[in-house]
Amino acid sequence: MNAERPAPDVPEAERGIIVARDVHKWFGSLHVLRGIDLTVQAGEVVVIFGASGSGKSTFIRTINRLEEHQQGEIFVDGIELTNDIRNIAAVRSEIGMVFQSFNLFPHLTALQNVTLAPVRVRRWSRDRAEQAAMELLIRVGIPEQAHKYPAQLSGGQQQRVAIARALAMQPKIMLFDEPTSALDPEMINEVLEVMRELAGTGITMLCVTHEMGFARAVANRMAFFDHGQIVEEGPPAQIFEAPEHERTKRFLAQILH
Amino acid sequence: MSIETMAPPSTAVTPLEWMRRNLFSSIASSLTTGLIGGLLIWLAVNVGGWAIGEARWEVVGNNLRLFLVGQYPATEAWRLWLNLAVLSVMTGLSAAVFGSTTRTLAVSTSALQLLLALLIVPSPLGTLIPPTTSLVLGLLGNAAGVWAAFVAGRLLGPPRRWLMIGWLLTIPLTFVLVSGFGPLPEVRSTLWGGLLLTVLLAAVGIVLSFPLGVLLALGRRSGLPAVRVLSTAYIEIIRGVPLVTILFMADIMLPLLLPGEFRIDRVARAMGGITLFSAAYVAENVRGGLQAIPMGQYEAAHALGLGSLATNLFVVLPQALRSVIPANVGLFISLLKDTTLVTIVGLLELLGIGRAILAQPQSLGAHLEVYVFIAAAFFVLCYAMSQASYRLERTMGLGSR
Repeated sequence: MNAERPAPDVPEAERGIIVARDVHKWFGSLHVLRGIDLTVQAGEVVVIFGASGSGKSTFIRTINRLEEHQQGEIFVDGIELTNDIRNIAAVRSEIGMVFQSFNLFPHLTALQNVTLAPVRVRRWSRDRAEQAAMELLIRVGIPEQAHKYPAQLSGGQQQRVAIARALAMQPKIMLFDEPTSALDPEMINEVLEVMRELAGTGITMLCVTHEMGFARAVANRMAFFDHGQIVEEGPPAQIFEAPEHERTKRFLAQILH
Repeated sequence: MSIETMAPPSTAVTPLEWMRRNLFSSIASSLTTGLIGGLLIWLAVNVGGWAIGEARWEVVGNNLRLFLVGQYPATEAWRLWLNLAVLSVMTGLSAAVFGSTTRTLAVSTSALQLLLALLIVPSPLGTLIPPTTSLVLGLLGNAAGVWAAFVAGRLLGPPRRWLMIGWLLTIPLTFVLVSGFGPLPEVRSTLWGGLLLTVLLAAVGIVLSFPLGVLLALGRRSGLPAVRVLSTAYIEIIRGVPLVTILFMADIMLPLLLPGEFRIDRVARAMGGITLFSAAYVAENVRGGLQAIPMGQYEAAHALGLGSLATNLFVVLPQALRSVIPANVGLFISLLKDTTLVTIVGLLELLGIGRAILAQPQSLGAHLEVYVFIAAAFFVLCYAMSQASYRLERTMGLGSR
């Protein structure tokens, strides 16, 4: 209905590719998101961090409607997320998502995982999709694993396939939900390397992660979540060197030792 | 000193050593071995002696036509042979193109046909079944057909899609050939019987109840309340009623409920009853498989922009159906055996025709032979199904490990 309507009453400068305003969400009676306001500009890399249970994963999952928000509004590239499934489909086609537990399709090879959506959603020919998929697998550094099944790959390789799978739909936005938390330490870097390369391409990225080295090097902005609210937001230099809030300081002290 | 890689210690065991370890490791185990061994030998001598010496297998040989096709007219038997030949060729082609699972099927069907042909040919033991030239030639021709098609498939390499379409076409073709259509004179289903009827009932039941069951399983988990309630009600009601009851209702009540001029064939009614019954069980099996799919799979598919139909078709069902292969094959094996129940509504499938044969005065006293033959026929069919399913699990299991 209002698929192309821009967010109303917002000055041009504030009109981001993702606009969340006063977003609330409850799980039963548990108030998990308590008025989140966040605007992400096209091409920005935003890192979201905070203790577990602070609502950060829930929040990024509301952006492609894996979770439904119950109050407030979310616009993605000018499209408001409502119950209208056409809007949801339109938004999802612009967003790629990478999960903590990879969620690769175990019955498909790496290559088939990557080509599934382009063939079934975008209606590309199999040849075209496979060619694009091979290019993506080369980009994430594992073209030689193309015909293996997920169970035959290491965790780091699986996550890189998952990134390629999300990129195959040519999204404008990539959401990362703790992409390295389930990985063995020696595999974290190979995934971060791919994410760093990706950040350099100018794609919009929203990452929930505790990899502070990555955040410091790549993020334009960071947002600290605590108890369902954004307590503090700013460029990495400010967050690391001069955090304003006591809770931010305490959390950073804990994870940076 | 560097550590060299060493060969694993030898685990080869001589047969004698194996027996000492596994059969005679202690006095108690030696006694058990002796006892069970003795029992087995006693059984083998008695049963074998009966089968070779006393049993009057003529009752099977003389009535072989009835056992195989019931009262299907001899002049039209060529249609069944043709049908069988088409299936043999399709099996051979599939074995060449699809490999593994279908290859097992091809090997077992051709071996089975060869074996049957050998039983018929006079042997030093005397002929078990009187030689019928057409039967021997038909069986040998079919076995040869499987392998000729396999070789042809290897050489020509027809696309998989054609073969799929070919298999789909065998369904109407079978119907046309068996029951008659157009220039082919009709053979009324009341004349179908024996193994032919058993296989037809089971095949139709399996082919139709599977998709119906999958739909019911999806319906039971649907977000639409009406669909969910109807599917659940269907499944619970059907599972609460014995198959015999459903067959009786299909046979007796359906004609009463339908207008007079509207007649559904008796065999078709039985097929419908079996299908509807089996679908409820397939649905519950499949639902079990669906529940085992993690939420993350749905989320990943949705995040990629797949709708719920595409998510089910390409992500969820392939995994769910794979995981319930053993349960479903078990179900289909019992469906095959349950087809014997149609006897009670007057259809003469393998068991029914056996009882009819026993009612003839000349087969007096041959009960054991007839029932052993029927049991063996069912065993061969069921064992083939279960072997095919193990194969299927192994080939399809690759991704899910």
